[in-house]
Amino acid sequence: MIHSLEPVIKEHPFFADMPDKHLEFITGCARNVQFAEGQIIFREGDSANEFYFLREGLVAVELLIPNRGATIIQTVGEGEIVGWSWVSPPYQWHFGGRAVQRTRALVFDAKCLRNKCEEDHDLGYEVLSRFVNIISARLDATRLQLLDLYGRHN
Amino acid sequence: MSPKALPARGGSVVFSPSGLDVLIQALIRRGYQVVGPTIRDGAILYDRLLSAEDLPKGWTDEQEGGKYRLKPRKDEALFGYAVGPHTWKKFLFPSSNVLWKAQRTNGQFQIVREQQKPVKFAFMGVRSCDLHAIQIQDKVFQEGLYADSIYKSRRKDVFVVAVNCAQAGRTCFCDSAGTGPNVTAGYDLLLTEVLQDGRHFFVAQARGRLASQLLAEIPAQEANEADITAAHSAVEETRQHMGRSLQTSGLKELLYRNVENSRWDAVAQRCLSCANCTLVCPTCFCSTVEDLTDLVGQEAQRVRKWDSCFTTDFSYIHGGSVRATPRSKYRQWMMHKLAYWLDQFGTSGCVGCGRCITWCPVGIDITEEARAIRESETTSSGVA
Amino acid sequence: MDAIIESEIAERAAADPTVPELFRIGRVKSETEDTFTLQLQPVAESTKISFLPGQFNMLYVFGVGEVPISISGDPADTSRLEHTTRRVGVVTKAMGLLKPGDTIGVRGPYGSHWPVTEEGGHDVVVVAGGIGLAPLRPVLYYLMLQREKYRKIVLLYGARTPEDILYKRELERWRGKFDLEVQVTVDRGASGWRGNVGVVTPLLSRAPFNPSNTIALLCGPEIMMRFAVIELQKRGVPAERMYLSMERNMKCALGYCGHCQYGPMFVCKDGPVFRFDRIASIFSKGEI
Repeated sequence: MIHSLEPVIKEHPFFADMPDKHLEFITGCARNVQFAEGQIIFREGDSANEFYFLREGLVAVELLIPNRGATIIQTVGEGEIVGWSWVSPPYQWHFGGRAVQRTRALVFDAKCLRNKCEEDHDLGYEVLSRFVNIISARLDATRLQLLDLYGRHN
Repeated sequence: MSPKALPARGGSVVFSPSGLDVLIQALIRRGYQVVGPTIRDGAILYDRLLSAEDLPKGWTDEQEGGKYRLKPRKDEALFGYAVGPHTWKKFLFPSSNVLWKAQRTNGQFQIVREQQKPVKFAFMGVRSCDLHAIQIQDKVFQEGLYADSIYKSRRKDVFVVAVNCAQAGRTCFCDSAGTGPNVTAGYDLLLTEVLQDGRHFFVAQARGRLASQLLAEIPAQEANEADITAAHSAVEETRQHMGRSLQTSGLKELLYRNVENSRWDAVAQRCLSCANCTLVCPTCFCSTVEDLTDLVGQEAQRVRKWDSCFTTDFSYIHGGSVRATPRSKYRQWMMHKLAYWLDQFGTSGCVGCGRCITWCPVGIDITEEARAIRESETTSSGVA
Repeated sequence: MDAIIESEIAERAAADPTVPELFRIGRVKSETEDTFTLQLQPVAESTKISFLPGQFNMLYVFGVGEVPISISGDPADTSRLEHTTRRVGVVTKAMGLLKPGDTIGVRGPYGSHWPVTEEGGHDVVVVAGGIGLAPLRPVLYYLMLQREKYRKIVLLYGARTPEDILYKRELERWRGKFDLEVQVTVDRGASGWRGNVGVVTPLLSRAPFNPSNTIALLCGPEIMMRFAVIELQKRGVPAERMYLSMERNMKCALGYCGHCQYGPMFVCKDGPVFRFDRIASIFSKGEI
């Protein structure tokens, strides 16, 4: 499994320039997974011990709002990464995740990775600095979304 | 007195002040509407002249930042003042003009073009700064992709009687702006008024056939060397007494480099966005259109009016104005005048007439703002 | 195409360019709750329709006023003019009340156009935000007509909600019939929406085009374009290969009312389509 996933992981910009030994460890934490259209991937409040790298498909980040039901905040697509609740206590998903389309992904054992990062701070830095970029880009996009640019502003 | 034959083309003649009325009447007889300086409302404005009596004989002006007063002179000079709040754009680019009218029947309408009334102006007493300004507006309104037909029709028959300035105003800076005080081009008749040793006369030069004909109707003599020297000295005196100065070298680049200079915040504290500067500026050309109807909604017309970049809605697009703060508006005005204009039309938009300084209620001085920004660069780099 | 437009400008300039030509409303199509498309035909037979994608007209509603609206129709169709407009102000609301047969005044076309007159052989990425898709539709028609001239063509389109998506049928047709990649996203989803939710910029970072051989055409709110430019730059698209359609207040569209000034440029004649390197220095400056 390690050999078949390595090229996929190596190609993705998220993993670019990562030292080989860290790459190897991370690849070891990964496995393929599939979700059918409409399938729930994780629920708000669940323990967050994974993160996902989407290879194909579309995942909705959503909240269950009383009277409104499952409300999609944002979707995350092919080539993007979902989930960083595993980084900080209490390690719980803040939002729900559901496959809007049939989705293939790599799921990473974040609990294992988290423990290893505690031991090996170099690995920790490599992983967290990359997650900072993702979170920053997602925050920029969310801020733009907040602005409701296409709305009427008289 | 019978008119004398004129000297060879390019030569100057001399006539007495009474000759000015002969000139005005000759122009009126030829169908010109003569407009020029006259006193009204405590200022020297440009308005219709029916005779030389309408000129501000024996008056001068005292100008400073935010100040304008008329004062009597000790002599009877007819052009013994700088420029007032009016500019010649008042006649070439009227402040209000109907563009066309439309008539509606049910959901359909027709458009009727407005016939612009033909009018022939003779501008009496155009200063060098204002001549440059007219040339600048000629470019704006006539040499773009689309020409303005109103400006074109009013401009083509204008007869220009230019006057060399014999005194500089306290807010004048045509010398450093490169637009005066000598009139060098763009005139039909050029006059220099000389008052010296009890004598009062005009040295005149004509360009073109009509100007020569008109000059021939005025009792005049060939100018001798002393007369011409006196005329030159008068203008040189003016050059030496400019009230302000503007350093124009590298000014465009300087302003482009200083779009976020704190000086803009400082001037914004004072600027009232009152638009006076744009109203009195001889080169400002912004306009707006108003669409009006009668009460039953059957007749509509479109009127073009002067506008100013200082008005609240000038830069309005869906929901707000791009330039909403006084800071951004003043910066737009000054950068357009001294920087953008060069990229748009190849010259500065400022002719150094000083009107914006005089007529600003709080005395904001464009030359001082430019100086402050220039100096802020040298102080920050540590070079005095 | 350029030579024809130039001679027509000369002809129009010789007439009085402040006077509108009369057109008749042929059809009014409701696109979304607040957006509609007018199809116009000239009243006089001698009036010819001809424009380049990206240009705009000044549309006059009797007694109410005049506004600049981008032409949103197919430049190859000379039988009619199309304008997609949003009801945002007095004039556009009045325009929305016009019926087939009513007269409307048209002055134009004015302004610069999307770069369609050069050789091709490259990818094209089109980024549209909201009503910004309307000024881009003419260039999409053109690209589809000249499909072989280009390599990959990608359209990334952000709308407010699924109900606000413009030209749904056309987008589906292009996506299906031609080799055009269409990705649509909405700021807010709705029940039954199974597409992207979020802004258009994350789509840009993963869109399948070759940054070293592409042109990018952008139209939408300025902030959206600003962030899109950053994404394009991150992917290595040079400033001279990006084109943005800018918008400013306009009164004359002839270059002398002064309202549309953007730095030293007049949006009515130096724009509305600007090559990005020409505006890069003032683009992110506030209140310019």
